[in-house]
Amino acid sequence: MSRLGKYTRRAFLGLGVAAAGGLAVGFYFYQKPYANPLDAKKAEGETPFNPYVMIDEDNTITIIAPRAEMGQGVHTTLAALVAEELEVPLEQVVVEHGPSSPAYFNAAMLEESTPFPFYDESVLAELARGSMKIVAKFLGLNMTGGSSSTTDAFVKMREAGYAAKFVLLKAAAEHFGTSEDNLTLADGTITDKASGKSVTYGELASKAAAVSPPSEMKLKKASDWKILGKTQKRVELKDKVTGGRIFGIDVQLPDMLYGTVRMAPRKGVSLKNYDKTATLAIPGVKDVVEIRTITGEGLGVIADNTWAAFKGAEALEVEWDDPLSLQNSDQMWSVLENALTQEATFELGGTGSDAEVFTSIPESEAVSAQYRAPFLAHATMEPMNATAQHDGSTIRVWTGTQAPGLIQSVVSSHFDMDSADINVTTTRLGGGFGRRLEVDFALYAAVIAKATAPNPVKVTWTREEDTQHDTYRPMAIGEFKGQVTPDGTLKTMDMQVASPSIIQSVMPRIFPGISPMGPDNTVLDGAFNQPLDVENIRCQAHVADLQVPIGFWRSVGNSVNGFFHESFMDEAAHKAGKDPLEFRLAHLTSDEFRPAREALKRVAEMSGWGTPLPAGKGRGIAHVLSFGTWTAQVVQVDVTDNTVTIEEVWAVADPGIVLDPGMFKDQIMSGINFGLSQALGQEITWADGKVEQANFDTFDAMRMYQAPKITIELLENSPRMGGAGEPGTPPSTPALANAIFAATGKRIRQMPLSNEIDFI
Amino acid sequence: MYPKIPLTVNGQKQEIEADPEMPLLWALRDIMDIKGPKFGCGIAACGACTVLIDGEAVRSCSQPVGEVEGEITTIEGISQGDELHAVQQAWMKHSVPQCGYCQSGQIMAAVALLEENPDPTDEDISDAMTNLCRCGTYPKIKAAIKDAAQTLGA
Repeated sequence: MSRLGKYTRRAFLGLGVAAAGGLAVGFYFYQKPYANPLDAKKAEGETPFNPYVMIDEDNTITIIAPRAEMGQGVHTTLAALVAEELEVPLEQVVVEHGPSSPAYFNAAMLEESTPFPFYDESVLAELARGSMKIVAKFLGLNMTGGSSSTTDAFVKMREAGYAAKFVLLKAAAEHFGTSEDNLTLADGTITDKASGKSVTYGELASKAAAVSPPSEMKLKKASDWKILGKTQKRVELKDKVTGGRIFGIDVQLPDMLYGTVRMAPRKGVSLKNYDKTATLAIPGVKDVVEIRTITGEGLGVIADNTWAAFKGAEALEVEWDDPLSLQNSDQMWSVLENALTQEATFELGGTGSDAEVFTSIPESEAVSAQYRAPFLAHATMEPMNATAQHDGSTIRVWTGTQAPGLIQSVVSSHFDMDSADINVTTTRLGGGFGRRLEVDFALYAAVIAKATAPNPVKVTWTREEDTQHDTYRPMAIGEFKGQVTPDGTLKTMDMQVASPSIIQSVMPRIFPGISPMGPDNTVLDGAFNQPLDVENIRCQAHVADLQVPIGFWRSVGNSVNGFFHESFMDEAAHKAGKDPLEFRLAHLTSDEFRPAREALKRVAEMSGWGTPLPAGKGRGIAHVLSFGTWTAQVVQVDVTDNTVTIEEVWAVADPGIVLDPGMFKDQIMSGINFGLSQALGQEITWADGKVEQANFDTFDAMRMYQAPKITIELLENSPRMGGAGEPGTPPSTPALANAIFAATGKRIRQMPLSNEIDFI
Repeated sequence: MYPKIPLTVNGQKQEIEADPEMPLLWALRDIMDIKGPKFGCGIAACGACTVLIDGEAVRSCSQPVGEVEGEITTIEGISQGDELHAVQQAWMKHSVPQCGYCQSGQIMAAVALLEENPDPTDEDISDAMTNLCRCGTYPKIKAAIKDAAQTLGA
């Protein structure tokens, strides 16, 4: 438990009156509370607070789940936290995302972005985590990412449910003229055991709103949970099998126009000249507008249907002014190669050993390798889109976003408006993976909407525009060196990683007023903070700008460094002449690494690790701790005629506490297939200042015929709660590369692996 | 002015005014306000826009609306009132969707597959189901199709 966190997190539970005399329960925040985002539903005279549960007189129970639902099931799990304490089944509640409000800030997301490993409980680490939470509050980060939503909500949403139950019981006792001990709760109803009479929560709501909130939280023990810890059906499941109109791209408003964008190849390239004659000649096209924003420059095409807008954008003749020096991928690799020869920008973790230890490894005991990972696009199934409307003094935006607060902030800055006048409605997301933490799609829609005002406009990007104007997973080179002593011990490990900094790319386009300070630990995530008992460890970053917008991509730095680190561990094991599993376990002896040991041992059992395989088949193993979840995987491949089939994957994940095993396993499965998709051929490359890939024919992902059988088990040994959305991704690629080595003796050190070996 | 194009969508005859070259997907979404078929790529590479034309799976993003011959069925048209299609029920039972964006297309492709092959093997499913899912729900899609095949065959 965080020392500083204890009081910074201190918020006071409170009550309010919901619409039509109902009850609303949420938190009053410490220090300067943010304005209540649901003011319209609150009676006057109440202190601002952010509600998580609202009960109307008609017994409609609404739970606010202020996180983006992009497939991870977070609306279901967040609602389950409240429903568990409130004693209502999930089927009986309505789950809403709620408005974009800084009151719903996500402290957990930034908590793990401090430069200390997850398992480092030292005072310094705790202090840093605590202060990052304060930063999260003041930036008003209502964001979804970093696999953090459930961790963030775990206490506060259960407390909201408990407080609601507490005041409802008091109100019921008064109603029946009895004591609380004589009452039972079930399904949104309270029954007096003596008389057998019942009253609904809704009927009690206005009376309950007058009861003082509890001063002490008596949350249920995990052993008493009825909903948590058990697999639930997604609250939005039916919408998703009936073609429900739930995504940003499905927004339909009266008198709405349609649009698209044709943006400069990247930020930093400006709009010089253009000819819109051919575009305006296309039937249905209405106008072409200039877009000049903090995230990029280009043109917007307005039409009376999306297809006409697409054709219009294609017909534009545009001349760009590109002052950037790095025009192709070869130049970018050279920059990273050069960065590796320069003094490190910063280092994290490590043992503080003398530098000499790392430079004086005897040749016979040395193992060294260089690994590479390319830029990657997110390629969400739903292309970027947003709908916007200027109605006089305010701007409304409807979009699938992981960060509605950032949209408010950036759109209001662009138009020099008050952020309170920017209203963001968050729809369901057709994939996020970090791409929808960006604001560009919403900002461009807002700019185009200025031209269509008062009519709203839905701006949809083509797949080509989406692929070529992403904020990419950064490319990186990892130069790893180690010393393996004759007894097979990894004594020294030196990790040098060259990559651009995501934070340095993100901050100027989101918070132009704030200069990023300190090391960007995403550059070394998955390398510096891995469980590893090695005498001398050094982990250094060589940060170099490649003039390409980069961003958060499912598992972020772990997606790069997990591959480097775990490929290297396999190479070191080979050098030591040891089995890769035994070698790992031998370097995971500290008490605090027990979750890693248990995960590895279990996944080995599940996969039949060590049992013989027919010729041409091989197994690879990897473990990565990311976002607080310890994840071990074994991949089994068949290599026939130099062509790899990924046959089967076994995974064991330990997030400490599992709130919904079905949903959690789904996320691990998804993370595995997302990770393996990289290996099969994903690569964003640059030529003539432009991305070379454009659509799914050149930037594809795993298909059904390539999908392995996957078996997943969950453990709960970890002392702290971890996330679900990302940890499945990092171990998948090194486990695959290690399996290919086991099957063929061929060591592939760069992604995508398909550049060196064929996959079915 | 655009010509009038007669269409039958989910059993309803209608006429729309549109450029005959407009892909059926955009005619459905932007003109007829049928939002089940989704836009993913525009080049028939991902299948998010899959609809049925006379029972056959078609990627509507690459099908000019003026050349449609036959009855169009979208995901909005496969359930009988409140009773979901067996494939949709199997999707719910197996909790297939994650983000859900590709699932309309996946379900339509599965409906077409089971019409043609009521008892598909794993390989048949892999061959027929070429739609992209970025959430990687393939193992569950496969399980749900087998389940639906049993229900429909029963």
